[in-house]
Amino acid sequence: MDAQQALADLTEISSQIQAAVVFDDQGKVAASTLGDSPRADELARAAGGLLAAADEIKTGESALTQLEVATGEGSVFVVRAGKTVIAATTGSNPTAGLVFYDLKSALRTVKPAATTAAKKPAAARKKTATSAKKKTAARKPATKKKPDAS
Amino acid sequence: MRRSIAALLGIIGGMLAGAAFIRRQVAHRERADLYFEDGSMLSLTNGSPGADRLLPLARDVIRKTRST
Repeated sequence: MDAQQALADLTEISSQIQAAVVFDDQGKVAASTLGDSPRADELARAAGGLLAAADEIKTGESALTQLEVATGEGSVFVVRAGKTVIAATTGSNPTAGLVFYDLKSALRTVKPAATTAAKKPAAARKKTATSAKKKTAARKPATKKKPDAS
Repeated sequence: MRRSIAALLGIIGGMLAGAAFIRRQVAHRERADLYFEDGSMLSLTNGSPGADRLLPLARDVIRKTRST
């Protein structure tokens, strides 16, 4: 699914989410609920900075996958899956579990579009390999000659 | 006269106590919850070094979404 469509569905499903942005690990914005591009870029940069700062607070070897920062003005949610990141803001006292669930669902619908493009060549290769096999099988004689009785 | 001054002081004192209580409640609500791949979670409350770093960044993110 298109990232913009995924965000449109997200804001339609979740009334708690006020703004959201999808971006990659380089900070490139894929989609945003904010109309203009400069604001979306700024939001992605700020959310990326928050994620990077949280990454530095390490307790073990395990990677940080999601975070919620609750402030007096509202909450910020960030969920990361591979290289794709989704960040969203809500009002005060949101239902964190529901917001995380909605963000993960949105991220799942966005992710295949990015990964299928990378996977396609491999799939195509596989297909050509199997068709080549079929071709060689077709070239083989259909019936085996029986050894002569003599 | 003395009664009204005492009442006025009482009201001002109550308002200050209420404001301090609300301020404390808001400060207590502020926190950062970090979730890791292995299922572990770290909650940083306001005042801890990690939260002190994350909270201003989060406020900045919220402000960016609300600015027109």
